[in-house]
Formats: sequence, structure tokens, C-alpha cells
Amino acid sequence: MHFVVCLKQVPDTSEVRIDPITNTLMREGVPSIINPYDAHGLEEAIRLKEKVGGKVTIVSMGPPQAKEALKKAMTFGADRAILLSDRAFGGSDSLATAYILSSAIQKIQETDPIDLVFAGKEAIDGDTAQTGPGIAQRLDFPQLTYAIKIQELTETTVTVERKTESGRQIVQAQLPALITVEKELNDLRYASLPNMMKAAAYEPEVWDVKSLSFDTKKMGLKGSPTSVSRIFAPPGRSGGEIMDGTKDPAATVATVVQKLFQQNIIMVNPLAKGGKS
Amino acid sequence: MENFDVIVVGGGPAGLSAALSAAQAGMKTVVIERGDYPGTKNVMGGILYTKATDLIVPEFWKEAPLERPIIEQRIAMLSGDESILAGYRDPAWAKEPYNAHSVFRVKFDRWLAQQAEKAGVMIIPETIVENLLYKGDNVVGVRTGRAEGDLGAKVVIIAEGVNNFLAVKAGLAKPLKPESVAVTVKEVIALPKEKIEDRFCLDEGQGATIELYGDSTAGMMGVGFIYTNKESISIGVGAILQPLIRNNWTPNDLLENLKSKPYVKRLLQGGETKEYLSHLIPEGGYTQVPKLHRQGVLVVGDTAMLMNSLNREGSNLAMISGKIAGEVAAQAIKTGDVSDQAMTVYETRLRDSFVLKDLHHYRHMGKFFEENTHLLKVYPKLFSQAVKMYLTADGTPKKQRQKEIIKMAFEKRSKGGLIKDIYGAWRALL
Repeated sequence: MHFVVCLKQVPDTSEVRIDPITNTLMREGVPSIINPYDAHGLEEAIRLKEKVGGKVTIVSMGPPQAKEALKKAMTFGADRAILLSDRAFGGSDSLATAYILSSAIQKIQETDPIDLVFAGKEAIDGDTAQTGPGIAQRLDFPQLTYAIKIQELTETTVTVERKTESGRQIVQAQLPALITVEKELNDLRYASLPNMMKAAAYEPEVWDVKSLSFDTKKMGLKGSPTSVSRIFAPPGRSGGEIMDGTKDPAATVATVVQKLFQQNIIMVNPLAKGGKS
Repeated sequence: MENFDVIVVGGGPAGLSAALSAAQAGMKTVVIERGDYPGTKNVMGGILYTKATDLIVPEFWKEAPLERPIIEQRIAMLSGDESILAGYRDPAWAKEPYNAHSVFRVKFDRWLAQQAEKAGVMIIPETIVENLLYKGDNVVGVRTGRAEGDLGAKVVIIAEGVNNFLAVKAGLAKPLKPESVAVTVKEVIALPKEKIEDRFCLDEGQGATIELYGDSTAGMMGVGFIYTNKESISIGVGAILQPLIRNNWTPNDLLENLKSKPYVKRLLQGGETKEYLSHLIPEGGYTQVPKLHRQGVLVVGDTAMLMNSLNREGSNLAMISGKIAGEVAAQAIKTGDVSDQAMTVYETRLRDSFVLKDLHHYRHMGKFFEENTHLLKVYPKLFSQAVKMYLTADGTPKKQRQKEIIKMAFEKRSKGGLIKDIYGAWRALL
């Protein structure tokens, strides 16, 4: 089987700070990492490859230094890594990015039919969660989002357990399909030394705008309808209130409940019998 | 198991220099580094000497990420709020062939690793070497902490840094002792470049250094430093671990103490702390240098205790030792003889170079300061008082003032004590 993993190099947001005056990200000196969700997608692809055989191809779009993320990704035991890098891609929003990535996947597909595409549920630098579904749409693949478990993979179908806001769902799709993944899906591996050495010697392929028959109107700033009107840092959270419950626990609980009502955090269910309000 | 000619354990200045010179001599070479990439785990005060680095990568200054060429070196002796200053400045040092630059290891070592890669060196990051591999008595490679983690080699160069776990396991070095290692902490404090240049009287792009003695280490054996970077100042202080423990000082307390000194405070004013770093420095000196070689193994850099703290030289000793080790390894492999006997060439070449000559020259220094703890307590105060008396214009005739200064000195330290100290210092330092 052929697994494709979409992967993005992102700033390690746990180390990014926001300039209090300009409200822009202070990226200087901040290390770049593989988007953590994408790493779990890659891990799953490698596990499936180890189970059923086949190969794993990684695709990424980014500036030339994103090669580092791809080399690191190769340590997992992937077979091929392609970086889509061109000035013309710069400034792309999630719509344009999905277009570029899906075009590249289509080209890969021409010579090497694809069974499953993995993507992280979102990138930690943008949190949009749009690119994965956007790629599926353009490839006309069924999309299974927020996967926490691959239940079954057959020659023609994949069955996935997905996380929803209200619980879990088990869904099945025909192959080829695209899956976006949560971190719960798996634990990342500690690469073996032979794979580290293969990755150290590996040079990712770089595809530019001329490598594909792109519609340049659909990429970069021109192809990106998203506009950022304002960036601001959310105000810091004020500390919570602490009440001493040692003296009169009953009275303290009553006060807490009252406060929760006042702030509309809890309310009386109007349908419940015997309720008063 | 994959086989190499040379495995270098550790991607610091010594290891990368060793790998580079081995690869340039045609050896299949790999560097195994524990950090995300070479540089991430590497710390030093921040001065890189041109001459030694030029031998590793000719004309490195044209490309390497450097901060500022150092044109002025000041020495400050602190005593309470007082300071005695001396220094040397030569604007010619801002131009080729330079003398030294301030650098950030994390940037510079990454660049140096890229030069090594260009020469054909393979770099395996995020990997720890747990042990040497033996076949009978012979070292034949290393065992890493990864799955299928054995690697074969004809020569292993141990460049693991001050924490000498592997060298100890191999029976070459002894575990570090609190009296032969210093702990140094450093902050990188951001300031606009114009402010830095104003405060240190520098033309654009030029750099200065200050070494601070005396109260900077609260009477313990050690030194403080201030180095100018492009848009920040590195300030740090280090002291031998044993007196720190004995006097119940933490390195951070020392740094805060130094930062609060009037002379220092003014230089840092308005800056924002960007980074906090800490590292051990091997200060054992000549007598603590481990066994530098055995069959199939060479020991370089900090692991080999190659550190001249008086002249704040370490990375240059590391790089030169690495370069020599790489060359000796290549030579031994080419002749097919990696026996302990063949490896002695490495030690001989170190002895013929400034590296071991300088260590030998200062061999009594550590012991001298260790045995004379009063030195760092008495003299900063004595000197600053003497200078103050000499410079204070209060109508006292100069002849009388000079007599007073001599009298004051003898009150603080007896005539015999003074002579003993001067003789001791002469022997230890000159």
C-alpha cells in the first residue's frame, strides 16, 4: 500500500512570544519543529507500512529550511520526502495550501497510486484545521477527521474511530481516503540507528512551481482570500477566586452554587420535574 | 552493523574539528551528537580565537556566524563598590587577520557542523553513545542508545565534553571531582547595538570584553566576564565547585551579586534577559589530564581537560586537539596500525604544541589558589585601597602617602606573607 503524509514545519509555539507593542510573533531564535499532529500521522503511516507492507511518501510545503523537518521525518523510516518550495507559494492561506498540496499528491498518484493520505488535524501555528479537509475535497477522497484509532485497514476500506465534541464515532470509508489525526492515535517512536543514518544521508526532493502544471492564480497571496485584519494577544487570565471552606462548608458550597448561577455557568433544567426557579 | 573509519562522540568544537580533519584525510567519518543538532547543548562564555579556528576552516570569518571582533580587552578587579581597571585596545583587531570574536556556540557550531558535512562527515543527532564496543581488548566501535544501535569503527574519538562518562567507562579518565571542575552561569541580555557601542566606546560592529576578578566571585577561585555580542551582552561568572559548596553559594547568587555591582549594573542597564545558560568547565589543569589515548581511541577537548582558564582559552585548545586527533587517526588507519603505540603520536603532537605546553606552564596554579584561599579575599581590597589612597588628593604630601600605603599593605598582610604570596604567584603564573 502507498501512504502519503502531509507534514508542516512550524515554529515551536511553546517558545514563541508575542511582541507586546507590535502584536506580531517574535520568531527570532525560536526553534522549528515538525507539527506535532503531523508527526502522529507519520507514525501511523509507518506502523501501517510495517504491518501491511508498502511505502510512505512525505509531502510538505514550505521555505527551503523546511528540508530539515523532512530529514527529521525520514528518521521514522519513510521512503521518500518531497518539499514544495517556491517563492510563488509564499503567503498562501489554507485554501491555496490545500490546492498546492493536492496538486502535488495528484502528481505522485500518477506514477504511484495512493491508498491513504494522512494529515495532522491542524497545525499548531495556525490552528485552522482546514488544510487536510481541503486536500481531501480537491482529490475527491473521503475524509475521516480527528482520528484517534485506525480500527481496520483492508484492501479497499479503512475504518477509523474519531473524536467528536460529544463522544466517539466509528466511520468507514472506501480507499483512497484522507485521515486527519489527533495525538491520541499513537505514541511516537524513538528512531532506530539505521533509520537515523538513512535520514542523515537523504536529500529531500524539491519541487518548485514549474514542476507541476499549477494554476498560479490559485496560490500565494493572489490565491488566498483570507485576510488578517488585526492581530492581538488575548489578555492574560486573572487568577481564580479561592474560598475557605474549612469553617462552614455548607455555607461555602451555597455561596459557590449561587455564584455559578449568577455567571450562568449552571442553570436549572426547565424540563426537570420538581425544579424551581 | 555499519562500519566507519572514524566515529566521533560529540559535536562540539573538538569533535567537529576532529571529524573535519579526519574526513579531509579521506576517512569515512560520523559524528554522534546528543543534541537536536551540534550546538544546542554547547555553551561557552563566548570568545572564539581566530588563529586556531582559521586552521580548522580557513578564512572562516567570511562566512561563519560571528558576533563582534574583539578590539578591547579590559580587566577589572572588584572590591565592594570599588573597581580597578586595566585594558588594552587595538582597532586593528577589528580587521583581518583579527584576534578573536564573540560568538554564540549554538549558531557557530551548527555552521561548523555544516562545514564538516560538506567535507563528507555524517552527523547523527539526538543520539547518545552509551559505551565503546570491544572485541577482546580492542575497541571496535560504539554502542548508541538507539535500536540496532551498534556502529563499527577503526578509531573512536571521544569528544563528549566535560561530562566524561564514556572516557571514565573506558578507563581513560577519572570521574570529575568538585575541586577540578568549575560551574559557570551566563545570561544573554538584549540591548540595542547603538547602546552597546556607546557604553563600550566602540565603532559600529566592534566588540569588547571585560574579565572581572576579586569580589565577582566572593573570594572564591573563579572569574566573571562580560562580552559584547551584536545586539546583546553576555555576562557570566564561574567558580570552582568545591568552594561554592563549602561556602554555600549557588552560581546564580554569584551572578546576581555581580550584576548588582555599580560598574556592571550601568553597562547592563535597561537590557532584557533573553537566555540563561549554565555549564561545567574542566579546571583540573595539567595534573588532571586523563590518559589521552589507547588502542583505537583518542580523547580530545574538554574531556581531555584541555582548558587554560587564566587566559580564558578552551575552545581553541579543543579545536587544535580535535584537528590533531583527526589527522593522527587518519594516519594510523592508513598505515593499518591503530595500536596504543601508534596513537601516542597524538600525545606527542599535543605536547609539542601550545596546548599541553600552556597547561604545563600553569600546572601549579590551581593548587596555589586552592592552598592560599586568603589571596582572593585580601588582595582585591588591598589593591583598591592602595590605588584609592594614591589617587585621593587631600593635601597629604606624596612621600608620606606612599609610606602610608606601604604601612596599610603590611597591616593587611605581613612582610613575610607578601613575599611568600608574590613568590607563589610568580611560580604559578609566570
